[in-house]
Amino acid sequence: MMKTICLYFEIHQPIHLKRYRFFDIGTDHYYYDDYENERVINELFEKSYKPALQTMLDMIAENGKAFKVAFSISGVSLELIEQYAPEMLDLLGRLAATGCVEFLAEPYSHGLSSLGNADNFIAETKRQAKKIKQLFGQNPKVFRNSSLIYDDEIGAMVADMGFKGMMVEGAKHILGWKSPHYIYSCAQDSRLSLILRDYKLSDDIGLRFNDASWSEYPLMADKWLSWVASLPEGENVVGIMMELAALGYYQPLSSHILDFLRALPKLAKDMGIQFATPSEVLAKNKPVSPLEVIYPVSWNDEERDTSSMLGNGMQRDAFNKLYDENIVGRILASRDRRIQQDWDRLQATENFRFMTTKNNGMGNYRGIYDSEYDAFTNYMNILGDFLKRVKDMFPDSVENDELNSLYTQIANMGEELNVKDNEISRLRARLKKLGSPEEEVPKEETPAPEKKPEVKKAQAKKTPAKKAPAKQPEKPEAKEAPKKKAPAKKAPAKK
Amino acid sequence: MFGWEFPPKIYGGLAVASYGITKGLSLQGDVETTFCMPKPTGQEEGFLKIVNMSQVPVVWRDVWYDNIKDRFIGHTAEDYYRFRDHLYADFNYLQGLDDMGCIGFAGGYPGNLHEEINNFSIIAGVLARSEQFDLIHAHDWLTYPAGVHAKMVSGKPLCIHVHATDFDRSRGKVNPTVYSIEKNGMDHADCIMCVSELTRQTVINQYHQDPRKCVAMHNAVYPLDEEIRNIVPNKKKGEKVVTYLGRITMQKGPEYFLEAAKRVLERSRNIRFCFAGSGDMMNAMIELAASYGIADRCHFPGFQRGKQVYECYKNSDVFVMPSVSEPFGIAPLEAMQCGCPSIISKQSGCGEILSNVIKVDYWDIDAMADAIYSICQYDALHDYLAEEGIKEVDRITWEKVGLRIRECYNQLIGRGWFDNGEYLNAVKNIK
Repeated sequence: MMKTICLYFEIHQPIHLKRYRFFDIGTDHYYYDDYENERVINELFEKSYKPALQTMLDMIAENGKAFKVAFSISGVSLELIEQYAPEMLDLLGRLAATGCVEFLAEPYSHGLSSLGNADNFIAETKRQAKKIKQLFGQNPKVFRNSSLIYDDEIGAMVADMGFKGMMVEGAKHILGWKSPHYIYSCAQDSRLSLILRDYKLSDDIGLRFNDASWSEYPLMADKWLSWVASLPEGENVVGIMMELAALGYYQPLSSHILDFLRALPKLAKDMGIQFATPSEVLAKNKPVSPLEVIYPVSWNDEERDTSSMLGNGMQRDAFNKLYDENIVGRILASRDRRIQQDWDRLQATENFRFMTTKNNGMGNYRGIYDSEYDAFTNYMNILGDFLKRVKDMFPDSVENDELNSLYTQIANMGEELNVKDNEISRLRARLKKLGSPEEEVPKEETPAPEKKPEVKKAQAKKTPAKKAPAKQPEKPEAKEAPKKKAPAKKAPAKK
Repeated sequence: MFGWEFPPKIYGGLAVASYGITKGLSLQGDVETTFCMPKPTGQEEGFLKIVNMSQVPVVWRDVWYDNIKDRFIGHTAEDYYRFRDHLYADFNYLQGLDDMGCIGFAGGYPGNLHEEINNFSIIAGVLARSEQFDLIHAHDWLTYPAGVHAKMVSGKPLCIHVHATDFDRSRGKVNPTVYSIEKNGMDHADCIMCVSELTRQTVINQYHQDPRKCVAMHNAVYPLDEEIRNIVPNKKKGEKVVTYLGRITMQKGPEYFLEAAKRVLERSRNIRFCFAGSGDMMNAMIELAASYGIADRCHFPGFQRGKQVYECYKNSDVFVMPSVSEPFGIAPLEAMQCGCPSIISKQSGCGEILSNVIKVDYWDIDAMADAIYSICQYDALHDYLAEEGIKEVDRITWEKVGLRIRECYNQLIGRGWFDNGEYLNAVKNIK
């Protein structure tokens, strides 16, 4: 069987929070550094995303669709891109249209909800999938978690959502003697297959490509492919996963990384290596065995665990406050869009990574913050304000279950109203057909002459008109109803 | 070694640093230190030899051994006679000579400080002629003239230790006399040890010294005594205490602390602010606090000594050092030893070796207020800083500083690293 490279890129950019002092709590509800966000996304787009995506488009055209690639884009980043770099959506759309590109699902917020709250995890993954469907017309079938976080329980949840496969870090401590170049299945739910990331071959490109002190520098496409080709017989799937920003940003364009990429398909073909999207890989390869992962793994740092996000007390405190069950319930129950958006953005993993006190040997990127303490302070101030807003939405005495049932009730009433509205318009139409040639609108100005149809109508409408005001306030769709009915009510009064 | 202060009599940070350095050196086993100071108390620890500069003769007096042998504090009567054999000029014109031909010192920092500095240097000439030594080490500008004099006489290398410069003390408006003394000392020195990189840069840029002879020699702290570790904090529940500890003077930036306090108190009333220390700006601070209407939350307990200092740290939830310019600043290290999280200004030298503290610009009162508020509000941050702070500060020891100083000494007296077995053993033991 041919060796298969499963190439996958993550597209995600942190949403930078602004400097938020404790005395802003309760007065200022806007948390973002717009300037920094716009600057970063534009810089990335110009330096990395645009040239990289353009190159991939060319590669697909040149190689007759032999080049396959997969992307995952977090919902929060999509919002940023829509706002500041809409051109990129166009590029992605063209890539999607080639049929050589697969989009994966991931949590909308790029957050840690898989570890924090299952309800939220499922809800936001569905939202993300919906968004991908809207923008690119694909229904994601394969899942990847934020920072490739995975353990058995997460695997089971993902399987329950109906995904066929999931991307997982091929960390040494979970694999042991096993090779990352096979497909495995989730230990708790065999419906889910796992594609493992080969961190050595991935980091050769994403991390070391431009490192002149590396013994293999400069890396050429044939050399890299020869490493793939020399893998033992039977080890057929090579998961190459990295951030898209690695192409052009972490490894500058001047390092000719895109030329490296461009050279891959042709050379690969000569060596008998093919490219495939995750779904294709899963269709052709069956899992060889279950893979047990008790503690969460991720693709961060050398430890490949969650210590860069939840390693110290500050991070855990912030995490626990963010995913407090009571709070999550309220947010999920509320339909407030601003709350929802702030919630997404506050969940993003970078907020936690900025607070890390680990020394990973590469220096930590901390966004606008000076230090881990600065990051923690700022985040907690914002979180404090956000949580207060969530609590203020509903009185403390109301339980989440109660809230939910109230909301369902409202939703049901809305439906009921819709049904009734339809009924009314149907009846009206029938009324018209039945005869009365007079127009309905002028009736109000001249009340005297036409009495008969007026009365009939008033009766027909009375039932919904009475109920409506009591139920309607929260339901925008229902708003039109009372306006229509008002004149009808007036008429009998004048009589 | 020339110094002005030494424990147990402590006026400021200089005494603590002098003690740490000499102790660190003494642990290496083959360093013999003679510490010359104006007025010892006689209760100094015995690991080094003390020379009492008030009892070194500068003028010949015929005195009987039996009459004077019990009068000495620090050195002995035998030393006195040896010093008397090495008088080098006639100083009979000097005021305040006593019956033994010595010049008295008031100790501390009296009004006639410049006169005392001059006398100190005269006496150093006698010492330099009578004592055998390899190297001269002078602490702080008061002793630089003495160090320079001793170098002139003996030709031995001079190492000066910059604990502070006048630029730190005066926010840039230097006293020309002090500056000239400092500059002269640095010009003659073979090695300038600065307590931080910040000070080193001041020395290089403001005193125009050759960067090659300036080294940053950060201070350290001694582990706490049993007695101090056993102090049980006496904290009220639900109330937080934020402490400023140091002289209340321009250099230390107390007004920024007060401004930050005002901002914090607008949001939260259950925090108390403690200004421990005294100084020229104390009354102004009290008035300012009153005018902001926060006098009920600001406390001015005055100068703290000895154990009181540690009680103060132990009872605090946050320690703040908003210094405008701090050459080193040992206080945050002491606070961290007591498990009290610290906020320091970025203009403090100790920030260069500390990572488990919050650093803000001294003028950024918003950031300072924010940091104070979050340590009080978020226990996770407080606990993390407290625990990691203790671990970090326990690794900063005078023994290590002593080894680094020794390295400089070896270079100065033309000895390499590896020609001394005893020294290498000491390195092994300490590490």
